[in-house]
Amino acid sequence: MNLTIAWITLRGLLGRRRSLLLLPLPLILIGITAVGKAIGAQPDELAEDVLIGMGVAVLLPLVSLIVGTGVLGSEIDDGTVVHILTKPIPRSRIILAKLAVATLVSAVVSAVPMYVAAAVGGVADLGLALAAACAVGALAYSALFLALSVVTRRPVLLGLLYVIIWEGLLSNVVAGTRSVSVQHYVIAIAQKISGSDLIGTTISATVAAVMSVVITVAGTWLAVQRLRSFSVAGETS
Amino acid sequence: MTDLELRGVSRWYGNVVAVNDVTMTLGPGVTGLLGPNGAGKTTLLHMMAGFLAPSRGEVLLDGVATWRNPGIYRHLGLVNEREAVYGFLTGAEFVRASARLHGLPDPAAATRRAIELVEMADAQDRRMGTYSKGMRQRMRVAAALVHDPAVLLLDEPFNGMDPRQRMHMMQLLHRLGEQGRTVLFSSHILEEVEQVSGTVQVVVAGRLAASGDFRTIRRLMTHRPHVFAIRSSDDRRLATALMASESVAGVTLGKDGLTVHAGDYGTFTRALPRIALEQGVRVRALVPSDESLESVFSYLVSA
Repeated sequence: MNLTIAWITLRGLLGRRRSLLLLPLPLILIGITAVGKAIGAQPDELAEDVLIGMGVAVLLPLVSLIVGTGVLGSEIDDGTVVHILTKPIPRSRIILAKLAVATLVSAVVSAVPMYVAAAVGGVADLGLALAAACAVGALAYSALFLALSVVTRRPVLLGLLYVIIWEGLLSNVVAGTRSVSVQHYVIAIAQKISGSDLIGTTISATVAAVMSVVITVAGTWLAVQRLRSFSVAGETS
Repeated sequence: MTDLELRGVSRWYGNVVAVNDVTMTLGPGVTGLLGPNGAGKTTLLHMMAGFLAPSRGEVLLDGVATWRNPGIYRHLGLVNEREAVYGFLTGAEFVRASARLHGLPDPAAATRRAIELVEMADAQDRRMGTYSKGMRQRMRVAAALVHDPAVLLLDEPFNGMDPRQRMHMMQLLHRLGEQGRTVLFSSHILEEVEQVSGTVQVVVAGRLAASGDFRTIRRLMTHRPHVFAIRSSDDRRLATALMASESVAGVTLGKDGLTVHAGDYGTFTRALPRIALEQGVRVRALVPSDESLESVFSYLVSA
């Protein structure tokens, strides 16, 4: 962890026009919940279709993707990362600073609207649990997308494929893939915390917690390894 | 005392060889890395700076490999060719961030010193996004110098600079070299290298074509005729006498003097005073006219 890197990263992230992309999704989530409530939707419908279907399945991964690839991927893209790399700093501290900023921003931008939407929908208790689970999800996603940023030159594309194809399609059809789906970890953890029967998935909270840790550690480790061997330019790709 | 040493370094991408078996040692002073575009200068610099692994051979800074070794940046500064900066930071913030990342005891003082060195104090509080190319370049040099490194590597540092900034940058590099730092800069523009440093490493098609003082290099290429411009009290008389000398391959009589093509540098320069004396001709000027880096360079490239 390095505060100077975290400070530059945060300023770069929020200073970019791309960060405006973070605004509409939370507003839409809260808006749809409010409309659903107004037309008399039941709490279980709101929880399953809106909070999970939109919040956990779309808002959280997309926000994490935009932020997670923005903290390092865009610096690699425009070449500014060299300024950080030409310093006698262990690469692990660079990655940890990036991970901390990405997790913090993603967690705030997804957990806060999640709680607000749940409160608007009349399920505030579930909202707290969902917000907490989103923070855990933000950490796992950030580690994943951070690793993608160093492993490939197309982190956004690959990240989208993972979110849409793997989590969005496969894991809803083939139950076995859920144990490698952050989305289902978040649902399982939120269910465990709230004890609510409005939401649920087939994997256990224990598996979800263990796998979240595994993904976070593996992603971070991979990112550090790849950054240690970071090559500039010349590569024919 | 810091040496940068390359031992039999090659780098290839697939079956394209970018750098081919280069061995060189860079010591204190300014060295120009010269070569046409695509010769492998940037690849070499990136390997020196630890941003690329050599496919074969070793790149050592004080005996330690630069690849996968962030510790080298305590002694090394890099100004690469991509001029990307954090446009949202002011120049001073940018340099200060570098100072902090280096863990310097007094980042503020180091920042002030580095910015003064590149004469950017007036613009240091402006956002870097508003800088001109030359200003950005100088701020990047300031950031690369903030920790007072023994080795400074610059890739095409004069790109995009106006003549005044160029002059200033040249003086700065001179000064850094005189302070005993190892300064290496790459360029494909000959005048730049010629003005900043006498020592060159010439890279052509991935190979080290020549290294050392470029005037010496020129003299060693004896199979190339040496060209001299001569002015004398009686050009025509001298021309006739010179044509009789075996050391001379050709003489052109022009409006403002003679142009002499000599086969061998030493033989000709020894023969000329004798011939002039015999003929009673006073030699007013004798200038080796193709010792500019440009001619050395074109010889090497076409060789």
